Amino acid sequence: MRHIISILMENESGALARVANLFTARGYNIESLTVAPTEDATLSRMTLVTSGSDEIIEQITKQLNKLVDVVKLVDLTEGGHLEREMMLIKLRAERTQREEIKRLVDIFRGKIIDVTDTSYTVELTGTASKLNAFLEAVNEELIVEVVRTGPSGIGRGPKGLGL
Amino acid sequence: MELSGGDIIVQCLKDEGVEHVFGYPGGAVLHIYDAIFRQKDVQHILVRHEQAAAHAADGYARATGKPGVVLVTSGPGATNAVTGIATAYMDSIPMVVLTGQVPTPVIGSDAFQEVDTVGITRPCVKHNFLVKRLEDLAETIKKAFFIATTGRPGPVVIDIPKDITDPGVKIPYHYPAKVKMRSYNPVAKGHLGQIKKAVKIMMEAERPVFYTGGGVVLDDASKNLTDLVEALNFPITQTLMGLGAYPGSGKHFLGMLGMHGTYEANMAMHETDVLIAVGARFDDRVTGHVKQFCPDATIIHVDIDPSSISKNVRVDVPIVGPVKQVLRDMLKVVNESDKKPKKKALDKWWAQIEKWRSMNCLKFDRKSKLIKPQYAVEVLHKVTKGEAFVTSDVGQHQMFAAQFYQFEKPRRWINSGGLGTMGFGLPAAIGVQMAHPKATVAVVTGESSIQMCIQELATCIQYDLPIKIILLNNGYMGMVRQWQEFFYDSRYSQSTMSVTPDFVKLTESYGHVGMRVEKPEDLEGTLKEAFSMKDKLVFVDIKVDPEENVYPMIAAGKGHHEMYLSPGSELV
Ligand SMILES: Cc1cc2nc3c(=O)[nH]c(=O)nc-3n(C[C@H](O)[C@H](O)[C@H](O)COP(=O)(O)OP(=O)(O)OC[C@H]3O[C@@H](n4cnc5c(N)ncnc54)[C@H](O)[C@@H]3O)c2cc1C
Ligand SMILES: Cc1ncc(C[n+]2csc(CCOP(=O)(O)OP(=O)(O)O)c2C)c(N)n1
Ligand SMILES: [Mg+2]
Repeated sequence: MRHIISILMENESGALARVANLFTARGYNIESLTVAPTEDATLSRMTLVTSGSDEIIEQITKQLNKLVDVVKLVDLTEGGHLEREMMLIKLRAERTQREEIKRLVDIFRGKIIDVTDTSYTVELTGTASKLNAFLEAVNEELIVEVVRTGPSGIGRGPKGLGL
Repeated sequence: MELSGGDIIVQCLKDEGVEHVFGYPGGAVLHIYDAIFRQKDVQHILVRHEQAAAHAADGYARATGKPGVVLVTSGPGATNAVTGIATAYMDSIPMVVLTGQVPTPVIGSDAFQEVDTVGITRPCVKHNFLVKRLEDLAETIKKAFFIATTGRPGPVVIDIPKDITDPGVKIPYHYPAKVKMRSYNPVAKGHLGQIKKAVKIMMEAERPVFYTGGGVVLDDASKNLTDLVEALNFPITQTLMGLGAYPGSGKHFLGMLGMHGTYEANMAMHETDVLIAVGARFDDRVTGHVKQFCPDATIIHVDIDPSSISKNVRVDVPIVGPVKQVLRDMLKVVNESDKKPKKKALDKWWAQIEKWRSMNCLKFDRKSKLIKPQYAVEVLHKVTKGEAFVTSDVGQHQMFAAQFYQFEKPRRWINSGGLGTMGFGLPAAIGVQMAHPKATVAVVTGESSIQMCIQELATCIQYDLPIKIILLNNGYMGMVRQWQEFFYDSRYSQSTMSVTPDFVKLTESYGHVGMRVEKPEDLEGTLKEAFSMKDKLVFVDIKVDPEENVYPMIAAGKGHHEMYLSPGSELV
């Protein structure tokens, strides 16, 4: 099953490498990983998407918790949560295709953020599955480039993941 | 007090109570070596290879419970130490390793003797640091000792760029008495509710067995373990890393379990209904085929590392906490319980165990004209009255030492279990002897293993270390040969070690005493003579039966009830 694990860790140079290393060294799946600083400059927040049996996910969370740089960790998929990913997608948009693409972007509530005579660049935000759906809906031959951030996530409700 | 980085390091070590540092100098650590030169409190032991520095510090830690300290230079100094660091990591040994690094401004430029030490060691340390500011140095050292010695212990590397130790730059010195790290909080106490739940199950047990390991030794919880085992009258088996925590002659002890464990220990594991695992990590050399592991058991597991629990084998009652406290509380709950262990069932269980014991699975040919390696270890035990610190290398000799040298106390049996590092024995013995100058220290080794760090004979003469080297010389990489005999139709591919130096002469050339024994009847006399030389290192080259094998043996992937017991025997 797919799990979204959210991690607060020390904003140290080696921290990201430790997490990445752990996944390769122990042969765990890693679908995506995003990391950026938080409002507290000494902490960064990582969202990691992985998959595996319950036993493997249990080991993954235990092993992550064991890393000295990891301050706090939550498996968001264990409770209500929100997930968002951003995608930038450059599409070939010749005259005949422009209307069709625009309609599709509207349906998905995306934005066209760059335009040339022959191309559109679209910004789209949503769950990973929504972004996948857009990629399926758009004519494959029109796709020039796809850039995705990987999902980030947050728990539902008033409580936050803090110290 | 204003100090330079080099002096800060030495002062921190003093303030931390460090008496010995095992190391080897080089460009990146010259400032630190100069600081060492200018003081007398911290003794530096100069080894002959950085791998040995790490093993010696490791042996020191295993024999004392105090963290071992290593100091090596950048580049090759650091890479040479990696095997020793990984060895300590696999067996959870507390160690602090100081590595030199090229100056901060040139890091990343492929400077002379630059390697990414933090990157290289990351997978085999508990944690590591690169010191980027002189102001962080003292606190980083404090953190390193704190992390290395608390929770599940392990090695910590501190990589120190040369400019940080510049004698021209001084700052006020302060060594923090304590550090707190918000991201590192080892569990201090096992949950009482879980302990009570475990005791309830133990009181209902009909065929219980304790399976205990290195965690008991690491937490100095021997007495607590012994008290609990005796209060309950349950049998106990120990892993290779746990030997000595419960006395080898204790009547509840079934011997070691696992691949080369005793018949009674492994059969008890197979038939048990309640397994109490304490400070042991369900290693594959212990579990064999996990699907067939303890098929009928409710499993209780005490471990300080949550990731050890249910890693390889699903556990029913996890107790996360330090062995010592948990065992102490367990005994209290047992004593206060209105229930008693099931006496009738236990009597029946012990009767069954006695039947297994009567198989006498460790028997060997006592009439042989050749020296049997098992016999050699027995004689070693006799001559040292079972009181020696015994280090070992890796191979058959290691298993014979584990099986035949009855360890009565913890921290006496010092070997590389998790990584299985040939070359560990002699340098580890250096650390042990430095820690216990008066103690009898013996290395049980093989002619292949000893050659991996033989250069340390020079270190031993330099520091007057009267170690006794007991070489079980079978002319083979015996453990490899045994597998080739069993599983490759005796095709002994590259496992012959007939070309060796004359160990007696070699030892003498280093300034030590060398002896050789070829006949069983000469063995005891020679060992007595060797051990009577209290201030000499003696290397005893014992020619043993070249084709002896280690029994019992569970082949990889088999269950505990499927063992080879003796030459030519079928699986039982
Ligand atoms: C040639 C060869 C053959 C071998 N054959 C065998 C064999 O037949 N049988 C055998 O048993 N081994 C054998 N081994 C060794 C094996 O590979 C493992 O090293 C060993 O089984 C692990 O022992 P352990 O489970 O006690 O764990 P250790 O590696 O000693 O780990 C200790 C455990 O205790 C925990 N711990 C540490 N401190 C504390 C604390 N304060 N409180 C609570 N928990 C703590 C740790 O988290 C860890 O889980 C062999 C090795 C070699 C090289
Ligand atoms: C550094 C290292 N290389 C290879 C091995 C694999 N290995 C395990 S036991 C062994 C043979 C050891 O031979 P020896 O030291 O003579 O001991 P014996 O088994 O003969 O008692 C080898 C090569 C190892 N454990 N460590
Ligand atoms: Mg050999």
